[in-house]
Amino acid sequence: MSAPANLSPSLTANPLLSDWIRFTDDEAVEALTGKSELGQGISTALTLVVARGLGLNPAQVRMVAPTTVISPDEGFTAGSLSVQHSGSALAQVCDRVRELFLTEARQHMGSDQVHLVNGQFTDGARTLTYWDMALNVDLDVTTADLTGGVNPASETTDLPRIDLADKILGRPRYLQDLRFPSQSFGRVIRPPFRGATIDQVDVAITSAHLGVQSVVIDGSFAGVVADSEIHAIEAAELLAQAITWTGTSDALTNADLVEFLVTAPTVNAPLTETATAEKATTENSDCTLSARYSRPFIAHGSIGTSTAIAQWRGDELTVWSHTQGVYPLRTDLARALNHDIESITVHHVEGAGCYGHNPADDAAYDAVLLARSVPGSPVLVSWTREDELGWGPFGPAMVVDLAASFTADGKITSWDWNGYGNGHSSRPSTLSSPSILAFGDQAHGIPIPPSNDPPLVTGGGTARNGRPLYDIETITGSIYRLDVMPIRASALRSLGAHLNVFALESHIDDIAHQLGVDPLAYRLSQLSDPRGIAVLEKVAAMSDWGNRPSGESAGRGLGFARYKNSGAWCAVVADITAEETVRVDRLWIAVDVGAVITRDGVLNQIEGGAIQSVSWTLKEEVQFADGRVTSNDWEAYPILRFSEVPHIQIEIIDHPDQPSLGSGECSMGPTAAALGNALFDTIGVRVRNLPLSPENIVSAIDE
Amino acid sequence: MSNVEQTYSVLVNETSCEVTCDPETPLLWVLRDSLGLIGTRYGCGAGTCGACTVHLDGIPVHSCDTPMWSVGTKSVTTIEGLPLGDEPHPVQKELIDCQAGQCGYCLSGIIMRAAPLVDAARAGGAMLDRESVCTALDGNLCRCGVHNRIIDAVVKASNP
Repeated sequence: MSAPANLSPSLTANPLLSDWIRFTDDEAVEALTGKSELGQGISTALTLVVARGLGLNPAQVRMVAPTTVISPDEGFTAGSLSVQHSGSALAQVCDRVRELFLTEARQHMGSDQVHLVNGQFTDGARTLTYWDMALNVDLDVTTADLTGGVNPASETTDLPRIDLADKILGRPRYLQDLRFPSQSFGRVIRPPFRGATIDQVDVAITSAHLGVQSVVIDGSFAGVVADSEIHAIEAAELLAQAITWTGTSDALTNADLVEFLVTAPTVNAPLTETATAEKATTENSDCTLSARYSRPFIAHGSIGTSTAIAQWRGDELTVWSHTQGVYPLRTDLARALNHDIESITVHHVEGAGCYGHNPADDAAYDAVLLARSVPGSPVLVSWTREDELGWGPFGPAMVVDLAASFTADGKITSWDWNGYGNGHSSRPSTLSSPSILAFGDQAHGIPIPPSNDPPLVTGGGTARNGRPLYDIETITGSIYRLDVMPIRASALRSLGAHLNVFALESHIDDIAHQLGVDPLAYRLSQLSDPRGIAVLEKVAAMSDWGNRPSGESAGRGLGFARYKNSGAWCAVVADITAEETVRVDRLWIAVDVGAVITRDGVLNQIEGGAIQSVSWTLKEEVQFADGRVTSNDWEAYPILRFSEVPHIQIEIIDHPDQPSLGSGECSMGPTAAALGNALFDTIGVRVRNLPLSPENIVSAIDE
Repeated sequence: MSNVEQTYSVLVNETSCEVTCDPETPLLWVLRDSLGLIGTRYGCGAGTCGACTVHLDGIPVHSCDTPMWSVGTKSVTTIEGLPLGDEPHPVQKELIDCQAGQCGYCLSGIIMRAAPLVDAARAGGAMLDRESVCTALDGNLCRCGVHNRIIDAVVKASNP
């Protein structure tokens, strides 16, 4: 069964069949995509889409990593849209390609009774392959008239990840492993605090060190290039000692964050295009509930550090990066260098896990600046752990004020949401000047402008999931986006949905509590969305909702959201034990991602998102003082460990006749909410400031 | 750092190698940089994430904070030297079977941490349980949230 689908937006920008599919001389299909393999398994899912669309074996499909040389421009690999955009584009393209080849085969054989069987076109007697006819079928034709297309998930079978075996067997696969002849290695010295500039530097000792090929000082950007990675690391230590810095640091500390967020200068916008700025009416309502919620800055915390390779040959620049977008990175490189964009090439190579806008793009520009000092040599630059946790963009800290009015029988008459914080994107190419770190340090550079929010129509940033999915008469509110950025902020998995879902589902639980109604029953009574109801009922059955864990320090909570109110539906039940710290014992998760492409891929993403959310929600807080991020190692920035990971059970409600929806981000918010509600269930106190750390729990009890 | 390099003879994956470096150079960079054994990963440089785990005389250590001067005559095993012949180690086989990875960057260190434990369990005929695997892997960080699959794979691998 196939569902009607609109033309993928990726096809509007890249309209030719040949932008996506090529038949090669070695009897393979090359499939092109603008979406990067970030560890989420997208290249495997897209392989399956192409194999199904063309009726071929997945082994015959070769995914081409995104490159500005030939790949379609699909912007960023972000927002859980890779399956929705690239998957549906490839499905629609393959559908048309298959039809064109079938027509050609029928003409060639002079028969209407030709069918595609096991990857070959046959009339029962004769056979032709795609490759037999590849020269006769023109794929340089437009896809503009494609409106239907097979559903990318017309059948659900699993394909093992195409990249994983290499990674498990220790074979070269990551950008960190890429080696070229005459390769050099670089390291960069970052300032001791934000806003520091180089006062004095003496490069003599560094330059004289073994293997050093160049020392680069450009404004307050400082780095070294050497003949080996060991020598580059040694030289960087020497250079760090040879620089004295000057400047004044920002006095803001993480302890003052909430006050800062609600008083800093802002740019304001309504929660929705249609909402008025007025506060919601409380007429005809018996009860109101107002509360403030917050989260701190959160780090990406990839286990590998950001890395890039750059090579200058004359004016030609080639960059290898684990960026989320080869084209946007190229745009910012061209802007920062004031260089012809056509003479810049960016290739994607897999790196360590990516959960949003991490320093991958920054590392690329570092490599570009260092490679310029050794023309012809490819220079590999890797960041240190301290810089990765200290200088990369963070998921923005946020404050959310909620005010709800409701009647004695539980009807919510108004909901007012006000969100404060930095915008959730300072991605390359999206701001008024380049947003790659080193550009701000260069002599001619400009500091990174304050981050922005993606538009509300694509899910927003600060306001992502700010609107509840429940049946509410009036929803109002404003976004107070900071016009200053003392701590660098950008996109981290699920953007504002992490705090917004935590806040709104905490609020809903509190309303249910005030009304004396079971939290699950209350949600079901206020929700008309059938697929939302379905995941709630599913997770209730999975967890045997009414059968609470026993024990004085044990509790159970529920969280629910539809990601972006346009993506996947997800409901989570958490069982916790709250003693000196909060331990999550078990999670049950029910999810609806539309049509499932790779079942195992969905399970892996949902569970990974939930575990990462447990870590953020219980433990994580970027700490800073005097312009310096002090939580720049794993001891100061602990994340969830093996012994702290809950048992997790996931069920997928499959809808093969519905469009596929991304699965990477939908479990973050509901998991956070389930933990907060379970904590309330256990201790009877509402903790509204994340993380749910002993300090924040004690503060909430004391209030 | 002394700026005076020394030459070391070191046994890596049962092959004798000669490397020249500063005595303080961490084993990690000698493996990756001098010997081209890139399967061992840099994660933190401080022994706090486990990504760089290798074996010294069969015992897991963090290669990122093991200076070359301390290696001496100990036999170094990296993930490249872990399989017996063409056969992946049982931990590797189960990780692939369980599809226990997302980005995979932490797995090299996790495999090296778990392998001796699994070998001992298989030799002793007693399977590992979840708790003992968690305890063993608590110094290894995974950010993608694949912990449960990894635990299941290691437990399965310990079945003789």
